[in-house]
Amino acid sequence: MEEFNTTELNKLREEISESRKKRKTCITICGGTGCHAYGCLKVAQAFRDEIEKQGLQDLVDVRTTGCHGFCERGPIVVIQPKGIFYQRIKLEDIKEVIAETIIGKKIVDRLLYIEPKTKEKIVYEKDVPFYKKQRRIIFGNNGFIDPTSIKDYIALDGYKALTKILFDMTSEEVIEEIIASGLRGRGGAGFLAGKKWEICRDVNSEKKYVICNADEGDPGAYMDRSLLEGNPHSVIEGMIIGAYAIGASEGYIYVRMEYPLAVQNVTHAIEQARKLGLLGKSILGSEFQFDIHVFRGAGAFVSGEETSLMASIEGRRAFPRQRPPFPAQEGLWGKPTNINNVETWANVPLIINKGAEWYSMIGTRGSKGTKIFSLVGKINNTGLVEVPMGMTLKEIINDIGGGVKDNKKFKAVQTGGPSGGCMPAEMLDLPIDYETLTKAGSMMGSGGMIVMDEDTCMVDVARYFLDFTQEESCGKCVPCRIGTRQLVEILTHITQGKGEEGDIEKLKDLAKTLNAGSLCQLGQTAPNPVLTTIRYFEDEYEAHIKDKSCPALVCKDLIIYHIEPEKCVGCLLCLKNCPVEAISGERKKVHIIDQDLCIKCGACLEVCPPKVMAVSKYTGKKKERILNKSSQKSE
Amino acid sequence: MEKLIDEFEGDQRELIHILHEIQKKFGYIPAQAVSRISKQLKISESEIFGVLTFYKAFSLKPRGEHLITVCMGTACHVRGAPMILDEFKRKLGIESGETTEDNQFTLETVNCVGACALGPIAKADGEYHGQLKTREVDKIIKELMNKKRNSSK
Repeated sequence: MEEFNTTELNKLREEISESRKKRKTCITICGGTGCHAYGCLKVAQAFRDEIEKQGLQDLVDVRTTGCHGFCERGPIVVIQPKGIFYQRIKLEDIKEVIAETIIGKKIVDRLLYIEPKTKEKIVYEKDVPFYKKQRRIIFGNNGFIDPTSIKDYIALDGYKALTKILFDMTSEEVIEEIIASGLRGRGGAGFLAGKKWEICRDVNSEKKYVICNADEGDPGAYMDRSLLEGNPHSVIEGMIIGAYAIGASEGYIYVRMEYPLAVQNVTHAIEQARKLGLLGKSILGSEFQFDIHVFRGAGAFVSGEETSLMASIEGRRAFPRQRPPFPAQEGLWGKPTNINNVETWANVPLIINKGAEWYSMIGTRGSKGTKIFSLVGKINNTGLVEVPMGMTLKEIINDIGGGVKDNKKFKAVQTGGPSGGCMPAEMLDLPIDYETLTKAGSMMGSGGMIVMDEDTCMVDVARYFLDFTQEESCGKCVPCRIGTRQLVEILTHITQGKGEEGDIEKLKDLAKTLNAGSLCQLGQTAPNPVLTTIRYFEDEYEAHIKDKSCPALVCKDLIIYHIEPEKCVGCLLCLKNCPVEAISGERKKVHIIDQDLCIKCGACLEVCPPKVMAVSKYTGKKKERILNKSSQKSE
Repeated sequence: MEKLIDEFEGDQRELIHILHEIQKKFGYIPAQAVSRISKQLKISESEIFGVLTFYKAFSLKPRGEHLITVCMGTACHVRGAPMILDEFKRKLGIESGETTEDNQFTLETVNCVGACALGPIAKADGEYHGQLKTREVDKIIKELMNKKRNSSK
């Protein structure tokens, strides 16, 4: 299409909405990665086949959309316009949904979500408690948009903000608006986005770049992927606006290679935008030109750090470098470069459309807007949640997340990925914003929120994170390369029962060195998981070091599995499932675990029937008592 | 392979793209590829080795027939992923990152696949297996072995 301008964009938008009026009903199927894993694509195809078979294709639309967020309940099907919410849909349910709901206009009761506390069946998506307390200004459109269709985005006012800035705003005005909105970077550190743009804009250079950092490496965080997968045009539009404000002519989206669907969808979206003249030369008939390339990462956590990321785009090892010069001064190939993360870019069109004043009403004094978190771990409602800044952790975990799984006791919530920390129950009243989380020893990070229950060992968690950072440390600077290794070693020793008096002090001391001496944030923040677990759960460290016991019954070297003789019914289940034949016994006779052979894989505990529950784990003194008893017997 | 490499023109900025393409096509980066790339992009072989060993995406050894990837994300970790990994290691008799002697299985870990609701999760030849129990590990391995047999019939 040539010479595509604003009038035509508006015309197209009207045409799309007009054509959709005929087909009022739309069956939307969540197509996020979680639902993919549940098999949503087969469900979507089956819906299409059935609609066709019944000759309903002129009345009903079937759309595979972006992620709806409620991953726990996938595959999710929402029937619009009413928003009827069906969950855990299987292939055999489809005929019934078409016959009952689409044709018969009735609800299929058994597919509804049941609120666990009240046992009430909930019909509409908006009434599901998981969604009720959220404010989905960024993520909400995911559920309506087929990410492979630019038309879906345009129909929902997509690229309207772009029109506005290209013809009604100067680059200064755009930057002023973004500064006034109070939008801060969603990648972790929380620098004021507009200010960052301004610095880059003020540097004199013929060539400038903007980059979208989609190297979402924090384990347990996947909101950026869901945005890029589910609504790629919102990110692209944000980048074009940013490029216009800064004066950049080229952009990169750096995506983790572990996210193949995101790569595919965003690449496709860029091609579509190019075809319509929304990218390339003379965008929408204006004088502005800008284009975007997609760069696939190659599996290195450190490339999420901005200077490493640029090195990676340049085809080198993802080594960070000293700052200053900052990327805004000397970035990609030495040119001024502005880097923001996916969620930050996705906020931009919204701010332009609705205005900085509207935007800055949401959130707290220092942290504006909403934040998307991936609420995962030992929580009932796993999924992606978007909440206004300032909501308390408690509200997110209990009201939206439905509390801790299996009625276990809450122990900690971890935010900020490997750079963040664990916060205990006493901190649950903390409101979410950049400053309070940092003060608590954690950080906002990109938005992972991992809930841990009483069965989680905090020393093991610290070891897990340090193992991660040690593995991912690029090795360029000594404090990080050697420091993380030492931290892991001490922590591993503690979890193995080889901890010594003074280890905690050693950990703290090393942490200080890493924080002060590391070149980039990977090393500087790596000790946070250790420091926060020591700060809030020192007793667990003490138990491991002094009593050689793991109170959460996790650390393999400190626990034993034991069959309670008074409970065992002799059903042979554990015996048959033990992979190392460590269990002896006969039918209807008590089974016994040979502790010398046991590899502590937990298979026996897993298969022991819930009614019987004869397998227990023991640590510390109780463990010793049982071991003594059994050795006496064998003598 | 030569054709694939020769299609790329330019300099170092193409390096990671080329490596991705070769890895995709051959399952690993053969040593000949490195010298060819070195000539094509005019960068030293040592530089290329530096880059390709830096990133997890590239491997200098061929992978096995079947690839099993266990997610070690935080959510999976607290839900018991280490036990799942141990069971795979034990059943296959290899460490993570290794390939069985008969070249059938490669076992790898990944930092996070972002399907945390299904944790602990593993991917076997691209297919997700969620909410895994240790006793299901054996089944997954057997399924993969059968798949081979069925397809060769």
